[in-house]
Amino acid sequence: MSIFEFFQALLQYEFLQKALFTSVVVGIICGIVGCFIILRGMALMGDAISHAVLPGVAISYMLGINFFFGAVLTGVLTAIGIGYVSQNSRIKHDMAIGIMFTSMFAVGIVIITMMKSSADLYHILFGNVLAVRMSDMWITLGIGLLVIGLVVLFYKELLVSTFDPTMAQSYGLPNKWIHYALMAVLTMVTVASLQTVGIVLVVAMLITPAATAYLLTNRLSVMIYLSAIIGVISSVFGLYFSFTYNLASGATIVLVSAFLFALAFFFSPSQGLVWKAHKSRKNRLELMEK
Amino acid sequence: MENNGNSIAIRVDDLSFHYGDKNVLQHVTMEIKKGSFLGLVGPNGSGKSTLIKCILGLQKPQQGQVYLFGEKVNKFNDWDKIGYVSQKANSFNTAFPATAFEVVSMGLFGKVGLFRFLKPSDKKKVWDALKSVNMDKSAHQNIGELSGGQQQRIFIARALVSDPELLILDEPTVGVDTESTESFYKMLKDLHHDNNMTLVLVTHDVGVMTSYVTDVACLNKQVHFHGNTKEFEESSSDKMSAFYGHHVHVLHHDHEQK
Repeated sequence: MSIFEFFQALLQYEFLQKALFTSVVVGIICGIVGCFIILRGMALMGDAISHAVLPGVAISYMLGINFFFGAVLTGVLTAIGIGYVSQNSRIKHDMAIGIMFTSMFAVGIVIITMMKSSADLYHILFGNVLAVRMSDMWITLGIGLLVIGLVVLFYKELLVSTFDPTMAQSYGLPNKWIHYALMAVLTMVTVASLQTVGIVLVVAMLITPAATAYLLTNRLSVMIYLSAIIGVISSVFGLYFSFTYNLASGATIVLVSAFLFALAFFFSPSQGLVWKAHKSRKNRLELMEK
Repeated sequence: MENNGNSIAIRVDDLSFHYGDKNVLQHVTMEIKKGSFLGLVGPNGSGKSTLIKCILGLQKPQQGQVYLFGEKVNKFNDWDKIGYVSQKANSFNTAFPATAFEVVSMGLFGKVGLFRFLKPSDKKKVWDALKSVNMDKSAHQNIGELSGGQQQRIFIARALVSDPELLILDEPTVGVDTESTESFYKMLKDLHHDNNMTLVLVTHDVGVMTSYVTDVACLNKQVHFHGNTKEFEESSSDKMSAFYGHHVHVLHHDHEQK
């Protein structure tokens, strides 16, 4: 199917419009939040929290309430648990992350299996963007607006506490609360991304577009916009491949973002390996001429 | 509240601090006068950084009290009055995507509330701060591209931009070459002279520092000397040997206990 036919299908099918809209919102918020996650050195934490959302989603499903509440609850509890274990024993932070999130994930799998709906499990884990319902779309939009609002409102606090935590503390900024607030935002982003990329691959949408943007600019504000744009491009093209070849949307979206990362990695004007090699070769030649 | 008069910027009252069974500070009492430029010296591991952290309320001592401008540190709210430049190595992410200008403007965020962004007058303050540390030419360079000494100047500018009354520098010249260190001290002296600011400079290196400061305090778990530069130089030779001699003794003592 050509891109043109994809556009035709887009005009024709409402489910595809909802899928596209949701993907775009997810691309934007994952891109924005991802910048702070990678600059705070929390890529692994992002992976952990997104997985830890699973039991919350399962319990909400069982109780018939919205995913959102359960997910935020178990996500934040896991973040607190990780902090508690690493601060009160000789277990290091990365070990605590590994232990806590896998346990939570396992609990989620058990609960969902007991509910006997493995189809749902598959969709929660890997995303099924073409099955986005109207209510899911509104939740994603609501979370998107909330996340963007929080980042705009607390941009300065996030910037300072990310750049220099010691200085933030000496200013009286509550680093700990900023950390947990960010964890809460992370769980919300995960919930918003459940249907587009699924729990297992959310972390890729948090890290890859932000890392790509990081290779392209030296300014945080620019990095955030770029990261959001790269997130959107990944989502839209990922959706196209998912729809055209009937593949899991999470996988296609992540592959597009990985491709964009590879492009930046090799060809970024300032950081790209190709230009660096070219420059150093040129310098060497110039040196030899002298 | 204790009545300290108005001439005291920092008062430390019988402060003791220990990590587990390791004593870091023992009964430290000192007063730092407003408008002074204090060099706080002591060998590595003498508790200088811990004392600074207690003064800033970042660590809670097990005993004793700190007063900032006459206010107990846990009640103190006027953090705008205090600029702090930490040891370069332990903080900040060198690969962070921010220009020198942006880093300095972060120093204003304490004053600029929610929703409000930097006004033209704030930007002028940032430029002034950059000029006062002779870094205005590097304003748009990425912080990670600057040398260690230049980065440290940017961090001073960040502390200066909110017009603090008290500036605390914790080993600002670690990893900076000797020549840059001297010009750095000279810059601090000029800042002190021009702005009538109280400065506390923490260092383990007594050498050149004494020719720039007005007062000296020697710390090695306890305060061994606190007076003006002249007094320090007069008593320097025997004080210093006693000071570092004591340091050796303490290490030996610790060793025997284990």
